[in-house]
Amino acid sequence: MEKPKKPTPSIKQNLGRHQDAVERRGNFDEVALGFSPEEAVTEAARCLGCKTKPCELACPVNVKIPEFVDLVYKENIGAAASKIFETSLFPAICGRVCPQETYCEAACVLKDKFGPVSIGRLERFAADHARRNGLITPPPCAPDTGFKVACVGSGPASLATAAELRKLGHEVTVFEALHEFGGVLSYGIPTFRLPREVVRFEVATLKKMGVRFLKNVMVGKSITVEELKKDFDIIYIGSGAGLPSPMNAPGEDLVGVYSSNEFLTRVNLMEAYKFPVTDTPYYIGKKVVVVGGGNTAMDSARCAQRLGPDAVTLLYRRTRAEMPARGEEVENAMEEGIKFEFLTAPVELEGDEKGRLKRVKCVRMALGEPDASGRRKPVPQKGSEFYIEADSLVVAIGQSPNPVIQQTTPGLSTNKWGCITAEEATGKTSLAGVYAGGDVVRGGATVLLAMKDGKSAAQAIHRKLTEKPL
Amino acid sequence: MKHDIYSTEGLYKIIRKEELSSTVSRHVIYAPLIAAKAKAGHFVILRAREGGERIPVTLVDWSPENGTVTVIIQAIGKSTTEMNAFKTGESFSDVAGPLGTPVEIKNYGTVLGVGGGVGIAELYPIARAFKEAGNRIISILGARNKDLLILEKEMAGLSDKVLVTTDDGSSGKKGLVTDAMKELYAAGEKLDAVFTIGPIIMMKFVAETSRPHGTPTFASLNPVMLDGTGMCGGCRVEVGGKPRFACVEGPMFDAHLTNFDLLLKRTAAYRENEKESLERYARDHQCRIGLH
Repeated sequence: MEKPKKPTPSIKQNLGRHQDAVERRGNFDEVALGFSPEEAVTEAARCLGCKTKPCELACPVNVKIPEFVDLVYKENIGAAASKIFETSLFPAICGRVCPQETYCEAACVLKDKFGPVSIGRLERFAADHARRNGLITPPPCAPDTGFKVACVGSGPASLATAAELRKLGHEVTVFEALHEFGGVLSYGIPTFRLPREVVRFEVATLKKMGVRFLKNVMVGKSITVEELKKDFDIIYIGSGAGLPSPMNAPGEDLVGVYSSNEFLTRVNLMEAYKFPVTDTPYYIGKKVVVVGGGNTAMDSARCAQRLGPDAVTLLYRRTRAEMPARGEEVENAMEEGIKFEFLTAPVELEGDEKGRLKRVKCVRMALGEPDASGRRKPVPQKGSEFYIEADSLVVAIGQSPNPVIQQTTPGLSTNKWGCITAEEATGKTSLAGVYAGGDVVRGGATVLLAMKDGKSAAQAIHRKLTEKPL
Repeated sequence: MKHDIYSTEGLYKIIRKEELSSTVSRHVIYAPLIAAKAKAGHFVILRAREGGERIPVTLVDWSPENGTVTVIIQAIGKSTTEMNAFKTGESFSDVAGPLGTPVEIKNYGTVLGVGGGVGIAELYPIARAFKEAGNRIISILGARNKDLLILEKEMAGLSDKVLVTTDDGSSGKKGLVTDAMKELYAAGEKLDAVFTIGPIIMMKFVAETSRPHGTPTFASLNPVMLDGTGMCGGCRVEVGGKPRFACVEGPMFDAHLTNFDLLLKRTAAYRENEKESLERYARDHQCRIGLH
C-alpha cells in the first residue's frame, strides 16, 4: 500500500470495522474487529505529534500517546507496545473499555475540525499485534526488597497495584474470591466487548513477573485483613463494588428477576451461554426487560439479546441525554435491536402461580428540578401507569461495595454508602499499612479510574516501605 | 505438621474418597487455608473442572493438622454425579471458602437436631459443636430409605438419644421426622432449641411442629447459589419479611421467620435445565444413573 505522509489530519477518522449488527446478535464474539496494519498506519499518520501533548495530559495514566502513535506509523509495533507499557501494563484492556471520548480523544486538537485520532483503537492495535506476535516481554523488576504486599481482589485496581509494586521489587500476592482473575473484567464486561484471552494474557504477564495469584480466597471470610497483616507488610484492598442495589419494588423475588451481577456472572464468568456444554444454566424467556441506563445495563441488554429472546426492552427513568452509559455502547445496543423506553420506571413486578415473572407495571416520568448531583430528578406522572409483558427482568441500577471486609476489619473507616474512605492521591485508609482504591472507595466507577488509583497507591506504598527513618 | 496456607501445591486434591451409599460419597480434600478457618455451619463452593458450575456444599469436618476439609455429596444432578465419580487422588478444580456465617454455638440445655437425607451429614458438625459446648443432644435422622441413611453411627456417638425414621420403614420407624418430633413433645421432653437441615419441605414442617411449643428453631437454607460471596443475590431468601443473602448472612436462619414457600418456588427455577444437563451427561457416559 501507499503509506500516507505524516501528518495528514484531513484523512477521515477511522472508527474501525465492526461485526454486522444482525450477525453479532447471534454470537458472543468481539463486536469491534480492530484495525488491520494498513488501517493502523493510516490512522497514525493523522497525528500531528503536538509538542504540548494535550492527549497525554488528559489520559489518567499519562500514556505516551504521540510517541507510541508515531511508532505505529513507523510500523515498529513492538516498540509502540513497549512505549505504552512504560506507563500502563494493560493497553489491550484500556484500548477497549476506556471511554477515550471523555479523556485522550476529547483533548485531541483534531477533534473539532476532522475528528480526533482514534487513540483507543490504536492502543488496542499495538497491544493486540504485540501480544499475537510474541513481541511483549514482561518489564524488568527491581531486585527483591523483602517486603510483602497482599492485594485483595484481582480487578483493575489490584492488578495495577500488583504490577507497579512488583516492578519496584516487592513480593506481591493477589487474593481473589472467585475462580477466575480479573474481577469485573472477567465476570462483568461481556466477551463481545473484551475477549477473555486478553484478560488472561495480562494476568499471565504479571505471573511471569513473579506476582503470586491465589483464587477461591474470600478476604473477610476465608481469611481476615487482620490475619493477613501478620504475614504481609501492606494490604491493598481493591475488592470493588460488587453488591447489587435492589429496586425495592414488590415482586423482586419472582423467578426470572436477576440482578445484573447474577445475570452477567452466569453469562460471562460461567459461560452459561454455552449451556449445556458448560454446566451453569440461565433462565431467559421470550420477553426480557432490563432496568437502568449505565454500561452494566447496556451489557445486560446486549447479553440477553444474544440468548435469543423475541424482544429486549430497556427501561430508563431519565432521557438518553442523562444516560451514564458510553455513547458507543448505547448506539451498539440500538443497532442490535434493543428497544429503549426512556422516562419509564418499573413500579411493580407481577408473577404467575408458580412464582414466575409475567408482567411489569411501569410508570412514565417527567424531568423535574435538578437534584443534589445537578441532574434533573425524574418525577412519576400520575395516571401514566401501563404494563409490559415480561418473563425475565434484569436489574442494573447500580452497585455498592460488598460489606464483608469492612465489617470484619475493626477500625477501617467507611462512608455512608459503605465505601472505604481513603486518600485519593495515595489510597491510605484509616488503618496503618492498609490501602484501598477503585470501586471499593469510589462506588461503581470505571476500569480506568481503578487502574489510576492502583498506580498512585503503588507509588505511595513504595514510598512508605522504603522511606528512611529521619 | 504446619501447612503453608498460601501455597497452591496439591490444592483441592482428594486425599480420600469413600462411598457411603449408592449415591452418597465422602470426600476428604486438601485445602489448608479453609481447614485452618472452618467452623460448624460453614460451607464451600465446589467446581469439578473447567466449564463446571459452582455448587455450595456444607463442610462436614476439617482438620487444620492435615490441612483437609471433608464434604459429603449426594448425586442428584449432573455436577454432583460427576463429582462422585472422582477417585482418590483426583482433584477438584476449585474449592472456595469457608463461606457463610458459622452457627452460634452456646449452651441451650437440650438441643434437638433434625437431619433429612444428606442433611444428616450437614447436621453432624453442628451437633458435635453443641455437644462440646455441654448441650444434651437429641437427634432425629430421617431418610427415604435405609440406603440413604448416612452417618448413623457418628450421630449416635455424640447424641444422648437418636430417633430414626424412614419413608418406607426399612430402618427405624416408618414415617416422617415430624412424627418423631411430635412424640418427643408428647413424652414431655423439654427441648431448648431445634436445628434442622434437609429438604426445604421437611424444614418447613419441622418449623411448624416446633412453633406451637415456642422452641427456638433454626434451619439451614439451601437456595440456588452462584458465587457464594454476596455479589449476586441469587441466593436471597425472605426472613422476617426482609431479603437476606443466604451465602453471607446464612445459611442458618430463624425457621419460624423464614418464607419456605418462596424458597421452594425459587429453587425450582432451573429444573428444566438441570434435567437437560443430567440427561446429556448420562447419554455421554452411558451410565445407569437414576433420573428422578
